[in-house]
Amino acid sequence: MTTTETTETTRSSPKQADDRFINRHASLMPTFAALGVLVVLLVAAQLYFGDFVSPGNMSALLLDNAYLMVIAVGMTFVILTAGIDLSVGSVMAFTGILLASLLGRGMPAAVAVPVILLAGAVIGLLIGILVQYFDVQPFIASLAGLFLARGLAFVVSLKSIRVDDPSVLWLQSTRFQVGDWYITPTGIIALLAVGIGAFVLQYTRFGRTVYAIGGNEQSARLMGLKVARTKVFVYLVSGSLAGLAGLILTAYSGAGYPRNGIGTELDAIAAVVIGGTLLSGGRGYVLGSMIGVLVYGTIKTVISFLGAEQAWMQIIVGGLLLLFILIQRFIVSRSERRE
Amino acid sequence: MGVVKHRLFWPIAALLTLVVVNTLSRPQFIKVTVRDGQLYGALIDILRNSAPLMLVALGMTIVIATRGIDLSVGAVMAVSGAVALTIIHDSGNPDNLGTVVSAVVVALLVALVLGSWNGMLIAVLGIQPIIATLVLMLAGRGVALLITEGFITTVNSGPFEYIATGYLLILPFAFLISLTAILLIGAFERRTALGMLTEAVGINPEASRLAGVRSRGIIFSVYVVSGLMAGIAGIIYSSNIRAADANAAGLFIELYAILAVVLGGTSLQGGKFSIAGTVIGVLIIQTLNSTILFLGVPSAQSPVFFALVVVLVVIVQSPRVRQLGRRPRGATGSDGTADKPAKAEVGA
Amino acid sequence: MSQVRAATDDDNDRVDPARPLLELTGATVRFGEETALDAVDFRMFPGEVHSLMGENGAGKSTLVKAITGALTMEAGILRLEGQQVTFATPHDAQVAGISTVYQEIELLPNVSVAENIALGRESRRFGLIDWRGMRRNAAAALHELGLDIDPASILGTHPVAVQQLVAIARAISTDVKVLVLDEPTSSLDLNEVAELFRVIRELKTRGVAILFVSHFLDQVYEICDRVTVLRDGRLVGEYKTSDLLRMDLVQKMLGHNVSAYRASPGGGAPEGDGPVFFSARGITAAPGIADADLDLAEGEVLGLAGLLGSGRTPLARALTGVDRLQSGTIRLEQRDENLANPRRAMTLGVVYSPEDRRADGIVGHLSVQENITLSVQSQRGVMRRISTARQRELAASWVEALDIRPPDLDKPAGQLSGGNQQKLLLARLLAVSPRVLVLDEPTRGIDVGAKVEIQNLVSELAGNGLSVVFVSAELEEVLRVGDRVAVLKDGRIIETVRSADVSVDQLLALVARPSVPEPEDERG
Repeated sequence: MTTTETTETTRSSPKQADDRFINRHASLMPTFAALGVLVVLLVAAQLYFGDFVSPGNMSALLLDNAYLMVIAVGMTFVILTAGIDLSVGSVMAFTGILLASLLGRGMPAAVAVPVILLAGAVIGLLIGILVQYFDVQPFIASLAGLFLARGLAFVVSLKSIRVDDPSVLWLQSTRFQVGDWYITPTGIIALLAVGIGAFVLQYTRFGRTVYAIGGNEQSARLMGLKVARTKVFVYLVSGSLAGLAGLILTAYSGAGYPRNGIGTELDAIAAVVIGGTLLSGGRGYVLGSMIGVLVYGTIKTVISFLGAEQAWMQIIVGGLLLLFILIQRFIVSRSERRE
Repeated sequence: MGVVKHRLFWPIAALLTLVVVNTLSRPQFIKVTVRDGQLYGALIDILRNSAPLMLVALGMTIVIATRGIDLSVGAVMAVSGAVALTIIHDSGNPDNLGTVVSAVVVALLVALVLGSWNGMLIAVLGIQPIIATLVLMLAGRGVALLITEGFITTVNSGPFEYIATGYLLILPFAFLISLTAILLIGAFERRTALGMLTEAVGINPEASRLAGVRSRGIIFSVYVVSGLMAGIAGIIYSSNIRAADANAAGLFIELYAILAVVLGGTSLQGGKFSIAGTVIGVLIIQTLNSTILFLGVPSAQSPVFFALVVVLVVIVQSPRVRQLGRRPRGATGSDGTADKPAKAEVGA
Repeated sequence: MSQVRAATDDDNDRVDPARPLLELTGATVRFGEETALDAVDFRMFPGEVHSLMGENGAGKSTLVKAITGALTMEAGILRLEGQQVTFATPHDAQVAGISTVYQEIELLPNVSVAENIALGRESRRFGLIDWRGMRRNAAAALHELGLDIDPASILGTHPVAVQQLVAIARAISTDVKVLVLDEPTSSLDLNEVAELFRVIRELKTRGVAILFVSHFLDQVYEICDRVTVLRDGRLVGEYKTSDLLRMDLVQKMLGHNVSAYRASPGGGAPEGDGPVFFSARGITAAPGIADADLDLAEGEVLGLAGLLGSGRTPLARALTGVDRLQSGTIRLEQRDENLANPRRAMTLGVVYSPEDRRADGIVGHLSVQENITLSVQSQRGVMRRISTARQRELAASWVEALDIRPPDLDKPAGQLSGGNQQKLLLARLLAVSPRVLVLDEPTRGIDVGAKVEIQNLVSELAGNGLSVVFVSAELEEVLRVGDRVAVLKDGRIIETVRSADVSVDQLLALVARPSVPEPEDERG
C-alpha cells in the first residue's frame, strides 16, 4: 500500500500532531480568537475596575443580553448560508408589542406566546421564499421584512404597552441563585437556544446542509442535499428566534415598545462576525456567536461603568466589526493565493 | 407601441395614476396657490419634502449602477446634521449667515470624507459594498451621537431654517437644491463620459478593465458622490426640524432610496441606469406617502405599504417571473447548474 | 462501498465482445444558433479508461454534460448497461451510477474529508449524524484506494491534488459504474499525477469505466486505452491509443480546414529582420507561463502555437498588462516599460483582444457604438467626452471598414454573432491607434468566411506597420498569418521558427512532441 509523502501521518512527531489538530479544526480558529478577545477584555476590565468580574456582574452580563444572544443564534444560521437577515430587530419589536397587546386583551400567555413565535416565523418564511424562489438578494428581501415588521409594530400600537401578566413577568423576575450567581428563566432560554442551535448544526442533516450551502452551494446541490428547502428554513428559524427575543425583551423591560430593536440587527451581525463566523458563509459556530454577544455585552458594561456616552458603543462595535472583516478578508485572500 | 416599451413608461404611468387617484379623492390636491410670491399646495409640499430622499436616491443610483450599494447614507445624514448644528450652536451667533455657511461647508466636507472612506474600503481594499457600508451604517450614528453629546441639539437660526423652509423665486429652496443636483448629475452623465463608463463598469467590470476603463476610480467616486448627497440631505433634514437628531435622521432612508432607484427602472444588478427614472421613483414614493397620510394612517405605520411595494417590484423583476413570458429553459443549460466557461480548459 | 465486478481481461486492446457500459448515439445539442454537438456517438467499456479530446469549442464539455445530466439534449439516446436512460439533473446521473469529479473540485472546502465523502448519504443513528460511523466508513473508502488521508481533517487544508482524490473516493463510495474525470491533472505535479494514475488503475480492475478528459497528450497516452476525438461539435473518430500515433491524434484534433480561400500572401513585412520594436525577456506569470522570451519587429506578425494549456493565453495576457508579471521585462522601442494594467499598456500602444470575447471582451448590454468608442473614450478621460456625433462617425467608419453586420450602431453588442463581435473588438482596439496588437484566438468559433476576413485584416494591419501577436490553436492559420511562429509547451517557448521554413506537418510535429526532450534540441 503506497502513500503519498505529503499525507503520511505517524503518531510520534509532536509537530505532526499539531498539524493534525489544525487540519481538523481550522474553522475553529476564529472562534478561539473571539474567546481570546473576551478573556482579554475581562482581564483588562478587572484590572481597571477592580471588581468587574464579579458573580453579580457576570450574571447580569448574560441576562442583559439574553435577547441579543437568541437573535445571534438565528443570525448565525443565516450567515452560515452566506445570507443576511436585516429584519430581526424589527421582528423582535413587532412580536414584543404584539405579545403585550394580546396579553393586555386577556389572551392567556400559553396562547399568546406561540402566536408571536408563529408571527416571527411567518415573516422569516416570507423572506426565505423571496430569497430562494424569486432570486432576491438576501439583504433586499430582509430589508423588506424589516419594513414590514416595523410598520406592523406600529399598527399594533403607536405607544408602548405595559405587561402585567405574571406568567410572562415571571420569566424575568424569578431568579435561581447559586451563591452570588443568579440566572433567570430568560437567561436559561437564551442558553437553551444556543445549545439547541449548536446541536442542530452539528448533528442533524439540516445543520450540515447549512454548512454545505455556505461552503459551495453548487456542490451541495450536486451532492443531492435539499438546498432550496434549507435556505428557506434558515430564515424561518431566524424569524422565529427573533420572535423569541421579542418575548425575552418584553419580559425584561416589562412592556412592549414599537421602537425597540432599531439597529439590533447590526449588533447581532457584529456579534456573529466577532464570534468567528465568516460573512462569506460556511464557517462559524453558534458558540462563537454567543461569545461575540458576551464581548458586545462586556464592552457595553465597561462603557457604562466608565460613565462614557453610549454612542461610543456603536463606534467601537463598528470598529471591531471592520477589524474582523479586514482580518477575514486578509485570511481569505491569503488562502486563495496559496492554491 | 414604442411608447409602452420606453422604459420610463410604467414609472410615469404609476405616478400619474397616483396623482389622478389623489385628485379624485381630494380635489385640492392639485391646487396650487400663490401667496406673497410663493407657491403653496399639496404638490408643492411633495416637491419640497422629497428633497432629502431625492438627493440620497441620486447618489444611490450611480452606486447601484456599478453593482454596489450604500447602506450608510442614513448615518451620513445624521453626522452631517450633527456637525452643522453643533457648529452653529457653539458659535454664539446662530443667526449669522457666515456662521451658517461655514457650518454647512464643514458638514459637507465631513460627508465627503465619509464617502471617501467607503470608496477606499470598496475600490481599494476590495471589500463587498454591502459589508463595507454596513460598518459606517453602524458606527456613523454613534459618531453623530458623540458630536451632539447625546442630546438633540436645537438651534434658532434664521439662515439655517431657510434651507428647508425658505423660498427662492417662487419655489421652495429645498426643492431647488434637489433640482440643481438632478440637473448637475444628469448633465454630468450626459455631457461627460461618466455615464457610459459607469454603465460599462457595472455591466462587465472585467471587460471594462481590459478595455482600459479606470474602474477603480469610477467606483471610488460614486461612493464619494453618494456621501456628498447624503450630507446635503442631512443638512436639509436637520434644517427642517431645526435640530440634529442623530437617531432619527435618515432612518431607513436607504431602503426608500433603493426602492426609488428600482421603481425608476435601474436594475440592482448594475449597468444601465436612469436618473430620470429615479426622479420619478422618488416622486412616486413621496406621493404614496402623502396618500397614506391623507388616508389617516399614522406615518409610523407607512413602512408596511412600502414593504408591499418593494416585494411587488422585486418579484416582478425576478428572473423566474421574467421567464414566464419566454420559451422554456434547457437550451441555455442554465437550470441551476453553472455553465463552466470554456476558458476553464486553458492553462488552468 | 463499491462492488467488485468481475474484472475484464487485462486492460488492453483485444477488440471486444464485451458490450459497452455506456452508449450515446446521435447526441445533438444546440445553444441558440450555435450547434455544440452534432449527431455525436460515444461509448465506454467497463474497465477501460477512455479519453475525450479536442480543442476549445470542440464540444468536449458539452458531451460530458450530456452524459452526466447537466443539460438536456435536443436529440440523441443515452444507454447505460443497455437500458435507455434520461437524466434531469446531475444528481439523477449520480444515483444511476455516473459520478463526476469536476475540474473545480465540486466539494465543500469548509467541512471534513469524511463529511465530503458521505454527505447526502451519511450514516445516521436515530435520525442524527453518526460522526464516528461516518469517519469509519470514510477511512475505509480511503483505505481501499490506498490513500492515507485523515478523515477528520478539513478538506480545505489539503492541496488540490488530495482534494481531488477525496472527490474520487466520494465518487466511488457508491456503486459507481462510470467515473468521469474532468481535467483532473491540471493542478497536479508529477508525483501527484502518478498517485492519481495508481488509483485509476485500481478502479479499472473493478470494472469501472473511466472517462478521462484532458488535453495533456502524454498523460492520455500513458493511462488511456481508448480515445474519442471531437472537432467543431462533430465526431472525428474513436480509436485505441495503441493504434494511434501522437501526430495523427493531434492532426485529427486540429484538422485540415478545407481551403475554401486562396492562399493570400503572408504578412507584409520582410522576414522580421527589421529592428526589434517590442521585446520580452523572462516573462513569468501565474498561472502557466515561465521564462518566455520573444522579439517583434514593426509590421511583423508573430504566431503563438501550442496545445491547450501550453501557456498561450497566459503569455498573451502577461505581455499586455492584463496579468501581473512575477518576473521579466518588457521593452518597447528600446525602453523598459512597466505594463502595470491594461489601461497603462493601452496608453503605450499595447492592446489585447481576449480569448473569451463574450465574457471578457464585449460589454454585452452596451451598443455597438458604445463598445467601439469605449477604449478611446477611456483614454481621453472622463471629462473630455467624445460628442455623440463624433462617436457615431467613428463607430460608423469602423463598422464600414470591418464590415460589421448588421450595421446597426445601436444594437446591443451581445446580440451580434461571434465573428462580428470579434470585429467589434478589433474596431475598439484599433480605434486607439495601437502599435502592438495581441490577438488571442480571434477566429475561434467563427465561420470560415469571417475567419478569412480577419486573417486578411491582420495581414493588412501588419503591412501598415502594426506589430501583431497572433495566438491560435489552428496551425494552418498560424502559419498563414504569421511571419514567425513561437511554439509553446508546458508554459515555455520551446522553439521559434520562420513560417516560410516549415510546413504544417513539421509544425504539428513540434507541437505534438512528447515532453521528454530530444537529444538534439535546436533552440532558436
